[in-house]
Amino acid sequence: MPDEVIDCRGQRCPLPVIAAARRMPEVPVGTVVRVLADDPAAAVDIPAWCRMRGQEFLGSVNGPDGPAYDVRRTH
Amino acid sequence: MSAPPVYLDAATAAPMHPVARQALLAALDDGWADPGKLYTQARRARQLLDAAREATALTLGVRADEVSFTPSGTTAAHGAVLGGLAGRRRFGSTLVHSAIEHSAVLHAAERHVGAGGTAAAVPVDRLGRLDLTAWSTAVRAPGVALAALITASHEVGTVQPVAEAAAACADVGVPLYVDAAQSVGRVPLPAGWSVLTASAHKWGGPPGVGLLAVRKGTRWESPWPADERESGRTPGVVNLPAVVAAAASLRAAAADAAAEAARLADLVDRVRERVAAEVPDVEVVGDPVLRLPHLVTFSCLYVDGEALLHALDRRGFAVSSGSSCTSSTLRPSHVLEAMGVLSHGNVRVSLHRETTEADVERFLTELPGIVAGLRAEAGVVGL
Repeated sequence: MPDEVIDCRGQRCPLPVIAAARRMPEVPVGTVVRVLADDPAAAVDIPAWCRMRGQEFLGSVNGPDGPAYDVRRTH
Repeated sequence: MSAPPVYLDAATAAPMHPVARQALLAALDDGWADPGKLYTQARRARQLLDAAREATALTLGVRADEVSFTPSGTTAAHGAVLGGLAGRRRFGSTLVHSAIEHSAVLHAAERHVGAGGTAAAVPVDRLGRLDLTAWSTAVRAPGVALAALITASHEVGTVQPVAEAAAACADVGVPLYVDAAQSVGRVPLPAGWSVLTASAHKWGGPPGVGLLAVRKGTRWESPWPADERESGRTPGVVNLPAVVAAAASLRAAAADAAAEAARLADLVDRVRERVAAEVPDVEVVGDPVLRLPHLVTFSCLYVDGEALLHALDRRGFAVSSGSSCTSSTLRPSHVLEAMGVLSHGNVRVSLHRETTEADVERFLTELPGIVAGLRAEAGVVGL
């Protein structure tokens, strides 16, 4: 389960990625942040951002709140 | 005074070759009659059409009667897919295709699936290169009627292993269709295909001319209502002046292709190196070596693709983008998606015979400031 959720529904890329990038340095290392994002580009761009920034992409889930992407701060 | 515009979207449409312009004007006078008729004017038109077909066939390395001119590259691609499937329906109804085909091929595949057929997409790696193992498995499955593979990605430039993919198809008797729109007139064509398509405005010909080549012995059946023109492969009278111009410019482009490819490949290398070195947080995508000579793609983190296109346009640079905000569907490019690379802030730069070193230098000089400006506006500096 995620430690916290960022709601980016209704935002178009790159805004969900920017929101994740803003939040990440504010949470302790090891925290899992779930990004809710219904923009289809988020499915590509959140994993790509994790790869470029060396953060851990845990996967996507499609729940009642729509598509969501889990990211763990690793450094 | 603003600098002269720099057009860097040849992969969409190259500026018309001077030979195309000359041929077009000459053929407007001489080639307006229906080449299918029997009177003098028609015979003149027929001569022009036959000569255009011979010249095109020679460049492609095929027989003249294997080549048909279509009203666009898109219609050629639709015909290649649907005709290849129709011709082999006794053997099955599955289309195997790479995940990075042009949308024209994917739309034809959707039509096929909508009519009860099946389609299987084969993945690519992070560099945009076909997974050959998955491809071989897919074409070996029972009921495969046709396989489709782009010769090189129109979005990221990665050259596909067509010869190996063709060998896998040949092993099981599945015909291979190659979309060669970015290769014809620029680089040597791969071997082993049964059906090939291309588009004249990609090599400096006029818009509105496509090529459909079907090798002898290929089971291909026109998906369109019957029409005797163009060997029955595409209905309607051809736009003969444009066809003549397309053939003349293809011959001219092919004659210079090796030298142009070397020149443009050096410029693309420079773009790849300098963009990676001078624009922070950028991902230059596609295979750095096994790639088209004239095309390079990169994505800028945290930058809106549409804003970047407009900012570049204001500075005189015309480029394309695979970012979702620049597409009518609001979906990111399926090619970038299949590769798993950043899709926002995406720019595709594609060069042509009129592109100079000075054009590329000006682009490289201005790009870092333009990206930095957009990032500052969006408040994402230092993220």
